[in-house]
Amino acid sequence: MTAPPLLEVREVTKTFGGVIALNRVSFDLHEGEILGIIGPNGSGKTTVVNCITGFVKVSSGTVLYRGKSITGKPPHKIADLGITRTFQIMRPYYSLPAYKNLVIPLFSGRARRTGGWRGGGRLGDRHTVGIDILEDIGFERDSYVPYKTTATLPTGYLKRLELARCLALKPEVILCDEIFSGLSMSEIASMVPLIERLQMDGVTLIMIEHRLRELFRVADRVMVFNFGEKLLEGTADEVMADERVRDAYFGSEAADEVMRHA
Amino acid sequence: MAVAQRRRERIDRGIKVRTDGFYALMSWRELGYLTLPRFLLIAGLLALPFLMPSMYWQRVISIVCIYAFLALSFDFLAHFVGLVSLGGAFFVGIGGYMSAVLNTELGLAPMLAIPAATLLGAGVCTLLLLPCLPLRGVYFAIVTLMYPLFAARTIEALDILGGTDGIMGIDSFPGPWIEQYFVIGMLLLAIFGLRRLVNTDFGLVLQAVKDNDQAVRASAMNVTRFKAIAVFIGSAMGCLGGACLVHIYMWAGISQFALDFSVLPIAATVIGGAGTLVGPVLGCLILVPASEMLREFGTLRIVFYSLILVGFIVFRSDGLMVWARRKYHQFERWTEI
Repeated sequence: MTAPPLLEVREVTKTFGGVIALNRVSFDLHEGEILGIIGPNGSGKTTVVNCITGFVKVSSGTVLYRGKSITGKPPHKIADLGITRTFQIMRPYYSLPAYKNLVIPLFSGRARRTGGWRGGGRLGDRHTVGIDILEDIGFERDSYVPYKTTATLPTGYLKRLELARCLALKPEVILCDEIFSGLSMSEIASMVPLIERLQMDGVTLIMIEHRLRELFRVADRVMVFNFGEKLLEGTADEVMADERVRDAYFGSEAADEVMRHA
Repeated sequence: MAVAQRRRERIDRGIKVRTDGFYALMSWRELGYLTLPRFLLIAGLLALPFLMPSMYWQRVISIVCIYAFLALSFDFLAHFVGLVSLGGAFFVGIGGYMSAVLNTELGLAPMLAIPAATLLGAGVCTLLLLPCLPLRGVYFAIVTLMYPLFAARTIEALDILGGTDGIMGIDSFPGPWIEQYFVIGMLLLAIFGLRRLVNTDFGLVLQAVKDNDQAVRASAMNVTRFKAIAVFIGSAMGCLGGACLVHIYMWAGISQFALDFSVLPIAATVIGGAGTLVGPVLGCLILVPASEMLREFGTLRIVFYSLILVGFIVFRSDGLMVWARRKYHQFERWTEI
């Protein structure tokens, strides 16, 4: 007897005019797992995240969270339930210092409710809490980095800041949209333990990735998308062994090429 | 070719008050450094009615303050919330008519009608602007530009609220001194209140809405709600200006929807320094009296007025206040190289 899924996506379709971005996609997300989503560019990975978090309205189908429909709810209501996301193109508040970026999520109703932050009062001083969270996620407290204007931070820190914004909301689910892309190998190597720790803390994650090696290290299950449809799902090994995945990813000729060199 | 032997360097003053910690209280000198600009502003504004000799110039001061409300409102909405509003005239008109109706129909005294009109008017403006709040940038600007035109034509065409004649017989302030000090007091309250507001956590959220509203949505907050609150605050200041205006002129008419009220505050913001809040007030203190003094030139007035404006934009494009702040916090010296 397995527990009911945390998040159920049922037959979700999204069309932009005549373009079918998602075609009857269904999957479950179980509590505490890390679900990887891979697929070529334009296969609908980000659209899935947008549909779940309410940033785009689904054309048809339903999304259930803990058995209740969240289809068509506005993004802030969905985030308020604890379903948070990062953006592939980072969206920090460039004019503010890094730690003040976290004052904004900490101002939300969810942060006030979930509370439990260090520092005085129910929430303490939001600025202090912000620095605590940043330290937690790899900004050295005693360096100048958390205090610098966000616009001057390198990509690695901006990606961490995206994650920090989710953490400030005490999330139940985080949907990471390509959180490793644009990072150097060493930056990724330092991010992977963070993801693993989040899972140990009981956060459920969906990770869209192109960095397959790192994704397979952390993901419990992987789904493959192509042309807006779910191609298949399974463990990392099962997925990579599948002929269709190779075709989708590399193109059939390139796949042969890869195989020959393998 | 001669090689430069020295260059000018710019150094921050080594005074700890700029860390805005409690160091400011360590010495009288630092305390003075911190309070002097504020003191100058407060004392200057409070002394203005005494320094002005005639009734005419005292009236100009009141008008300066009314434009300053609008400029503050514009600067706040545009640079701290990201809503470029050309609806200043709409706020003035709504606030003015509201106060006029409250005074003439319900018999409220001006000192009661003005605050009531400020709050009610701001409520009305916020409700009417609610459908436009998802718009951004130039789209919001265009839509808000339509509102005063729409209101003025509606009053004219339907002949309501006095039609083209306007509402007459409005009570004036109890006295010229009360009038002066009421508007100056409210202006000071607005300046320092807003400065405080934008530095709170709530103000940070508003700034975040300007920077990146999608990220605010992802942070579990309703962007429209925050924009609505900001519009309420911004339009309250405009309505306050309008309400004061009708009691000063003892008349409310469709000229209160004139686009001067939308455009001059923007010019004042450009001159004074965008995003400084105090700058736009200084801009009004320069532009409105300048416009009065240029009356002698008759029709050429607008030409000179435009020249002043262009001069400021070309030579001091970052605004007076930004420039003055830099001069105050840094000093320059020549060094050998």
